[in-house]
Amino acid sequence: MKYYDKLIFELSKEGRCGYSLPMNKFPKAPEVPLQVSRKAALLLPQVSEPDVVRHYTNLSQMNFGVDTGFYPLGSCTMKYNPKINEEMAALQGFAGLHPLMPASVTQGACKVYEEMNKALAEITGMHTFTLDPCAGAHGELTGLMIMRSYHMGRGDFARTKVIVPDSAHGTNPASAAVCGLEVVEVKSLENGRIDVEALKPLLGPDIAGIMMTNPNTLGLFETEIKTIATLVHQAGGLLYYDGANMNPLMGVVRPGDMGFDIMHLNLHKTFSTPHGGGGPGSGPVGVAKHLEGCIPGLRVSGFHGNFGVILRAYAYILALGNQHLKEVGQYAVLSANYIKECLKDKYKLPIEGVCKHEFVFDGLINDGAHDDVPGATTLDVAKRLLDYGFHAPTIYFPLLFHQALMIEPTETESKETIDAFIDVMRVIADEAAANPMLLHEAPHNTPISRPDEVTAARNPILKYQDTL
Amino acid sequence: MAALSYLPHTEADVKAMLERIGVKKLEDLYSDVPAEFLKKGAYALPDALSEQEIRDYFASLEAMNGKLKVFVGAGAYDHYTPAVIPYLCSRSEFLTAYTPYQCEISQGTLRYIFEYQSMVCALTGLDVANASMYDGPTAAAEAMKMAVACTRKKTRVLLSKTLLPHVIQVVETYAKFHGVELGYLPAQDGQTSLSVLQAELAADDVAGVIVPSVNRYGIIEDHSGFADAIHAEKGILVEYCDPSALAVVKSPAEWDADIAVGDGQPLGLPLCYGGPYVGFMAVKKDHMRKMPGRIVGQTVDKEGRRVFVLTLQAREQHIKREKATSNICSNESLMALWVTIYLSLMGPEGLKEVNRISTDGAHYLYNELLATGKFEEVFPGQPFLKEFVLKPKVAGLQAKLEKAGFFAALETEEGYVSFCVTEKRTKEEIDQLVKVVKEG
Repeated sequence: MKYYDKLIFELSKEGRCGYSLPMNKFPKAPEVPLQVSRKAALLLPQVSEPDVVRHYTNLSQMNFGVDTGFYPLGSCTMKYNPKINEEMAALQGFAGLHPLMPASVTQGACKVYEEMNKALAEITGMHTFTLDPCAGAHGELTGLMIMRSYHMGRGDFARTKVIVPDSAHGTNPASAAVCGLEVVEVKSLENGRIDVEALKPLLGPDIAGIMMTNPNTLGLFETEIKTIATLVHQAGGLLYYDGANMNPLMGVVRPGDMGFDIMHLNLHKTFSTPHGGGGPGSGPVGVAKHLEGCIPGLRVSGFHGNFGVILRAYAYILALGNQHLKEVGQYAVLSANYIKECLKDKYKLPIEGVCKHEFVFDGLINDGAHDDVPGATTLDVAKRLLDYGFHAPTIYFPLLFHQALMIEPTETESKETIDAFIDVMRVIADEAAANPMLLHEAPHNTPISRPDEVTAARNPILKYQDTL
Repeated sequence: MAALSYLPHTEADVKAMLERIGVKKLEDLYSDVPAEFLKKGAYALPDALSEQEIRDYFASLEAMNGKLKVFVGAGAYDHYTPAVIPYLCSRSEFLTAYTPYQCEISQGTLRYIFEYQSMVCALTGLDVANASMYDGPTAAAEAMKMAVACTRKKTRVLLSKTLLPHVIQVVETYAKFHGVELGYLPAQDGQTSLSVLQAELAADDVAGVIVPSVNRYGIIEDHSGFADAIHAEKGILVEYCDPSALAVVKSPAEWDADIAVGDGQPLGLPLCYGGPYVGFMAVKKDHMRKMPGRIVGQTVDKEGRRVFVLTLQAREQHIKREKATSNICSNESLMALWVTIYLSLMGPEGLKEVNRISTDGAHYLYNELLATGKFEEVFPGQPFLKEFVLKPKVAGLQAKLEKAGFFAALETEEGYVSFCVTEKRTKEEIDQLVKVVKEG
């Protein structure tokens, strides 16, 4: 990676043209009336086509992706994105479909929705899905709307609260708030699981349901799920499954069988579609049979969700088929446990035992703190990893530990890659013990060094115009 | 059967890793799962397909779709996509990256988002834009929530009935669950009614007002007096815009709007049956800290070089949890890149030219259709660009045109038919469409 400092605006020169448009063969239409026409100048760059290609190619070279190297980002499931999926999504017979075209001319697209729905239902044990939500958090919101619709549909308007574990993804409480629900937090036990005894007094006629991630954000299976499901259902609540952590259960366990009533999936995690630097994703929501009627009438996105992402995920499901589904879950879990076992003598493992697709360390065992030199933190370890050509794990999440370092390898990394990562993590631990300053100042080999984030927030420069 | 090509584990690898972990078989890694929850028996899924089989199957699905010339807009526009865009957007460094949390190895993503924000600000004239939202309708829903959050004690948001139907429906869905009361502004001669707006504002409970810049009938709305009336009652004016049209119609800033939202799809995104598209949002500086979504800002690194970071994160769900301004996490970053490259290639002149050709083509179609004698004008004299509605004198036009290979004359809930012409439509195609109408 090399540092490249241009913005596209800085390549602009009056009179340069990057477009190719047909000759206008129509009679001239009336001008836009003065009263409603734009007077302000339009500050867009004027650049040639080669300028644009070189600029964005240069920008891309300052980026790290799954195709560049190992991306052990916990809770993000950064697996390989198969290339056939891209080819299928680009087919003109799909890409050229207008969303309001009638079913008579969209039978192929309708069939994709139907088969995708069926496949997701089978994989998860849910009854049916809506494919409209555009991302995981959007799926959560949609799922909670279904939860509320169910209660309201029975004339029960008192259920205004939703229980969320303290280890939950930040989107859970945020989605609940957007959906008009009050969040009640339930604590985790020392072993990282939901405290069933703490849950019991929270359950009552004001509880709409509980949002759970299973395995949870520590990568641990909620062993008391059966008891929890029974308790919540007895109290008249519903169980919501956050599918961000579905990957380890692929082909092995189905959320529907564990008693979950509503769930979302992240097609951009579990089903191999590329993250695109932060979207587009897709967050289909599945429901049990008794909630089927709550889906129609909820319009959460413009048309039919992110069809292009759904096409990619469907191609992936076809490649897995019945034969390879289980390998996804099992290998993801195998790799996570292997890394955990190979590193736990150098990094603090707060909770022993088998993990699922990911696990969390609570910082270094020996952070090298001495005299006035502070020890190396999780942030330092993360930054030092960049020097060695690896992406960093998720850091400072979940909030249960101060130095959380959350590692998720996925099933698509080879043992050689994983071993190389383990070696580097061990080297970094030794570096920290010997010379924490080396880590405080990392990264050393990236296109830029650590940024001044305080100034960025205090004096925001948020567009090119602010720099002129 | 052979291993799946996406999975590198060999039998020897699996064995060695299991040994290191200290278990005997893969199933032992699920010892914490109650046995009753372990799926028994095979999944009812088809057999795995090889790559060529997937190709063949998708080709068969694709062939089930019709291939029609698109003469409909209604929120999704068949504009031309320059070849450069899919080429650059498929670069794996962009495509396979996560959200730029590690800025030292994500400057590519951060820089194009900064450029994207700059371009959204250029189009709308407003001060601050976010890094994108799911689509236009959800961006409008976020604007509704934001209006309520910005005005505290006011609880009602007014929607113009001239907004696109799907925008209204999404905002209604969010409003129902978020607890926002909605009111509606009827159309008067095809435009949002100012007199009804003034009457509604008198109730003193209006947090925000959402109006379209170019509306569901294709009419360019005149919002003279809107901002003054709304601001006098301390409300928020939200303009819902077609960003392509902003090259020629008055910008949200010129209407003195507080928030601009819309869908970036008209900026060269494929129709793709409705998504992925990209919602945009820009606001006046005063409202910056209430804006949802990610924001990229410029700063310097330790060596003093210009660098870009995610900033103002105190607003976001991963910090604020239930007190966040929104639950949004993933946005539509790659589509924001798509839009950024589109606007770089088009520049101010190209974007104006797109509007000129589309508008000239649409007016040509409008006049030719009227000349057939089979339509009545609905809003004579109202200014429009690429899209318009007419009242048909005969029924079944859409189906008839579909048989002739056109997706046109979309029937609206008001009993009109809607047409749209982009720069992709030729004069020959238009003449052919008119001929089909004449013959019927």
